[in-house]
Amino acid sequence: MAVSEEARPKQGKTPARARLASLRFPRRFSCDDVFEASSIIFAGVIVLIIVVTSVFLVRGSVPVLESFGTGFFTGKNWIAAAGSESYSALPFVLGTLVTSAIAVAVGVPLSMGIAIFLAEMAPWSVRNPLSRVIELLAAVPSIVYGLWGLFVFRLWIRDYLETPISNYVGSFPVFQGTPLGLDFLTAGLILAIMIIPTVSSISNDVMMAVPASQREAAYSIGATRWEVVRTGVLGYARSGIFGATILGLGRAVGETMAVTMIIGNIPALPASFFQHGATMASVIANEFSEADPGSLHLSALIGIGLTLFLFALVINVFAQLMVWRVLKVRGGSVE
Amino acid sequence: MFPLASILFEVVRNGLPAISVGFLTRPTGNITDPSSGIGNAIEGTLILIGMTCLIAVPIGLFAGIYLAEFGDNKFGRTIRFLNDVLGEFPSIVIGILAFSIVVVAIGHFSAMAGAVALSIIMLPIVTRTAEESIKLVPSSIRDAAMALGIRRWRTSLSIVLVTAKDGILTGIMLSIARIAGETAPLLLTVLGSGFFFSGVDQPIDALPLRIFTDYKNSNYPSALAQGWGAALVLVVLVLSLNLGVRFLTRGRSTFARARA
Repeated sequence: MAVSEEARPKQGKTPARARLASLRFPRRFSCDDVFEASSIIFAGVIVLIIVVTSVFLVRGSVPVLESFGTGFFTGKNWIAAAGSESYSALPFVLGTLVTSAIAVAVGVPLSMGIAIFLAEMAPWSVRNPLSRVIELLAAVPSIVYGLWGLFVFRLWIRDYLETPISNYVGSFPVFQGTPLGLDFLTAGLILAIMIIPTVSSISNDVMMAVPASQREAAYSIGATRWEVVRTGVLGYARSGIFGATILGLGRAVGETMAVTMIIGNIPALPASFFQHGATMASVIANEFSEADPGSLHLSALIGIGLTLFLFALVINVFAQLMVWRVLKVRGGSVE
Repeated sequence: MFPLASILFEVVRNGLPAISVGFLTRPTGNITDPSSGIGNAIEGTLILIGMTCLIAVPIGLFAGIYLAEFGDNKFGRTIRFLNDVLGEFPSIVIGILAFSIVVVAIGHFSAMAGAVALSIIMLPIVTRTAEESIKLVPSSIRDAAMALGIRRWRTSLSIVLVTAKDGILTGIMLSIARIAGETAPLLLTVLGSGFFFSGVDQPIDALPLRIFTDYKNSNYPSALAQGWGAALVLVVLVLSLNLGVRFLTRGRSTFARARA
């Protein structure tokens, strides 16, 4: 304040009395307050979006919840034909759970391997190009994954994975059915590929945030390289890696296009990996533009959207809290 | 990585034969017509990107300024947290939101609804990168401006923002790359069309939607070839945006890249 007051008298425009007043009441109403207020309003838009989303989803799904009550979550059928309409989210919820579980079970170990390699072992000349390539994998649009999945990946899975499994252990209930590639297993595996960039880049961040003293301490008591990674790094970054996994799960739950193109789109309760199915996101993508405005069908789809929204909200809030807790340490203040 | 190589290989192998000047400039019209092109889809994608930037960039910038300049309190931390959560929302849910607000209000599918949906996807990325870049501006620059008696709002807009513009542009380009490939919310909002742009309140086409429509008609070989061609154009667009950003920001913070 003092400096700016010294700079001004040269202009000689401001009367001395006014300058004194501004010194005495430095926090009077000014452009700066308007600026701060308007920036708060714009920031508030983010809160507004989340609130409006929940309001519209709840409002849109009221008709179907009124018609079916809790049956919307426990029924078995999804029939959109007029006259015999029956809606239940259960097949899609289970479909989403199955595909995301496959994605996490396959994708997370692979991502861990990549992250450990990048953070602990790779020399600089390998680390940089490899992390670039993984970032590009994240940049490929999901519709392109879908196209590739349908015409390339599906055939690999069908010929080299599903047919052998079907030949040897096809009598197990979970492997029953003709392996066509348009099923839960292929959808889950393509999701696994799609979550690798997310999970490995966040895990890598978290591992990089582990203080060097952790590693040094482990080395100093004679640990081998693997023991250092396991106890010093993974142990320390545990909750962050868990958070990264959950964020990957969030991606898998919400992913739409690639799954829609590969899963077969039959609303059936999952019984076998080799079975056509549907997920919450895929049924919305498939049927939304066919549903008439104001119909029960549309309301049921919005109801599924609401369920998906709640899933995503819980998963993401949980995951963000986990990741934040670890990355905060990076600033130097150990919890 | 093997999947990336395979995706690029297949897209180029199947897409390249379809590409020609006519293919890139003519509208789709009837898909079985051999002169059918994807000019309308390219145009639609560019229009949607433009409209989305008009909505999301100003809001995101101001929200980012708020978080960086005034956000060190409880409200700011809440906003930052919700922003991260919003950034991970399934895009199809955002599609339902835009449908419930814009499509229901107008009464039919429209480009405007698509732009609203894409803005909601773009907003968190712009906000986050704007905040991070503004925070990277050295405080000495801010102090110097204050010492000259410049008002705080003026300092933020003309000095801090200009200093941080590289990082902010990076964020905007990456978020454009992200929304250019979004399909799910567009299915619920702009619907797609076989013709050129006819107004912001009318359905338009976009590259990802064109690919999806072609996939649905994939029993026609011509539709499938068109889909791969559109996929090639989309991949070139998205990857060149990403590689361009990488080229411009060599050696800088990797933050924006990891999150976008």
